[in-house]
Amino acid sequence: MPEIRISQTQFQSEPGSPAPEAKEKSDVSEIRRFLQSRGNSAIADWVFHGLMVLCALSIFGIVVLIATELVRRSSLAWAKFGFHFFFQADRDPITHLPQYWDPVNGHFSALPFIYGTLVSSFLALLLAVPLAVGLAIFLTEMCPRALRSGLAFLTELLAAIPSIIYGMWAFFVLVPLLRDHVNPWLIKSVGWSGLFNDDNPTGLGFVSAGIILAIMILPIISSLTREVMSAVPHSQREAVLALGATRWEMIRMGVLRNARIGIVGAVILGLGRALGETMAVTMVVGNSPEIHRSLLSNGSSMASVIANEFSEASNDLHRSALIEIGLALFLVTIVVNALARILVWAVTRGASRQVN
Amino acid sequence: MSETGSTFRPKMRAITDHLVTGLAVLATILVVAPLAFIFVYLIYKGASSLNWAFFTQMQKPPGELGGGMANAIVGSAVLLGVASVLGVPVGIGGGIFLAEFGRGTKLANAIRFTADVLNGVPSIVMGIAAYSLIVIPQHHFSAFAGGVALGIMMVPTITRTTEEMLLMVPHAIREAALGLGVPNWRSVLAITLKTASPGIITGCMLAFSRVAGETAPLLFTALGNSFWSTSLNREISALPLQIYVFALSPYDDWHRMAWGGALVLIVLIVLAVSLVRYVTSRGVLKGAS
Repeated sequence: MPEIRISQTQFQSEPGSPAPEAKEKSDVSEIRRFLQSRGNSAIADWVFHGLMVLCALSIFGIVVLIATELVRRSSLAWAKFGFHFFFQADRDPITHLPQYWDPVNGHFSALPFIYGTLVSSFLALLLAVPLAVGLAIFLTEMCPRALRSGLAFLTELLAAIPSIIYGMWAFFVLVPLLRDHVNPWLIKSVGWSGLFNDDNPTGLGFVSAGIILAIMILPIISSLTREVMSAVPHSQREAVLALGATRWEMIRMGVLRNARIGIVGAVILGLGRALGETMAVTMVVGNSPEIHRSLLSNGSSMASVIANEFSEASNDLHRSALIEIGLALFLVTIVVNALARILVWAVTRGASRQVN
Repeated sequence: MSETGSTFRPKMRAITDHLVTGLAVLATILVVAPLAFIFVYLIYKGASSLNWAFFTQMQKPPGELGGGMANAIVGSAVLLGVASVLGVPVGIGGGIFLAEFGRGTKLANAIRFTADVLNGVPSIVMGIAAYSLIVIPQHHFSAFAGGVALGIMMVPTITRTTEEMLLMVPHAIREAALGLGVPNWRSVLAITLKTASPGIITGCMLAFSRVAGETAPLLFTALGNSFWSTSLNREISALPLQIYVFALSPYDDWHRMAWGGALVLIVLIVLAVSLVRYVTSRGVLKGAS
């Protein structure tokens, strides 16, 4: 009701106008009183806005906090080994064999873990990328509408399944399958290359890790590729089709060419996931800190060594070295993810502007 | 070139076209078949090992038949409770800022970008951070540390889904609220947030179910516990941790338990993902727009 009264007083004051300032003043105080009776909205708004900004800024805070904690706790290993930690290994004085990782005798080098992470991740990309892009092409360009939502739902679901469950499936189903059927065949047919000549009786190793990683990153790569491809405006497709192109030529020239940066981004994002994947790899990679040429031999990755050894680290230096590996993982995944996001964003943003 | 081209190239092009179509279909089958197989296998293995005792009894020593994962389920509930108390308000607040206050500003873009990047940071790194923040000063493993690690992981996911859901609320509703003289904070909380609440709740459920399956950050924060414990200040068991221990053990009965636990996690995730899908496909508003 106060509002009505205000307008009335204003209306009355206009013709006479004996003391407009005094009137206005009383009006203001009336509005202020009205607002205060319902809580002072100006201050409340300010507080609310501040709180929300604080929540949003906490995301920066988390990143900074993680970085500082990791740097602080890894300073022991950093002071002792420096950059050598990532590039060099101690050698046994007698046999001249490299001693990469021997916490009891104080040999620490991240080399075998970096090697293992890179090998398993690239193996995973090699297997996953063609399939993921194929799936995305099928889903965006060829798939009947009825099937599309079902397949999209399935891939969404599979992206959400925890890595421990993939690891368990790999451990109980994939590894025996590889050990009994695939690995002997690989050794026999391509063993000469030196990549598959290890008669590892366990079936664990980089091949198993690469395959399960490929299965795990497939949904992510494929759904992002799909997003990027559907961001390509329809006019592009129509233009290429109007020139008499077949469907594949339309996809190649109209869609893939426009979406290629974003697809690279999706692949890099998949790489980021593969680099940091922990549980599934830990369960099937074999966990031995060595470098072998053969992909069938046991190995270890950066995440898996942390998962395996951290809770029972033998001394502070050991723990510090593990945290340093964690720091490296953190920095690498931050860079890789940032790069991927920028690439995907470049395509989807440009495309939506063209559509509008 | 054009003479000969006109005779054989259309054929070649048609063949290439069919070939590629075939390859794409093949890729789809190659992707979907193993994934569907994993899914069916999990349900088959898990369903045969779930029974009432699984949810009500404690784990038994190897060799003894029966037993359940009650302590792990309760442990997961405690950890997720702590994680939600920490992660959900902050995540929703961040989402509100991105959608309501910071739309289009540089700060909002930077935060959105950081949230996406943080989403891709390996979960084991969160575990190390929580270890360094809480376990080292306290000198012992604790459920609280595990909850903090999981809570940190929930924030970016919830922020992004909250933002997406709030952006789906039509502007007219905000304007109507503000036009009635409702203060901004009240319009955001009581009108915009309430309108989008089904979406935000399911978004939180999705983050919740993702975090429920996380093992790596708990390995050296919550550590695991084979006994009944609900104390925040002590080691606590969790479903994924217990699955990890059981799966790598040599006992068949424990493997069975692990499959059962995996099925519980899967059901949680299927529920969350389908709810999110249902809400987003229906739109935030039930027909008001």
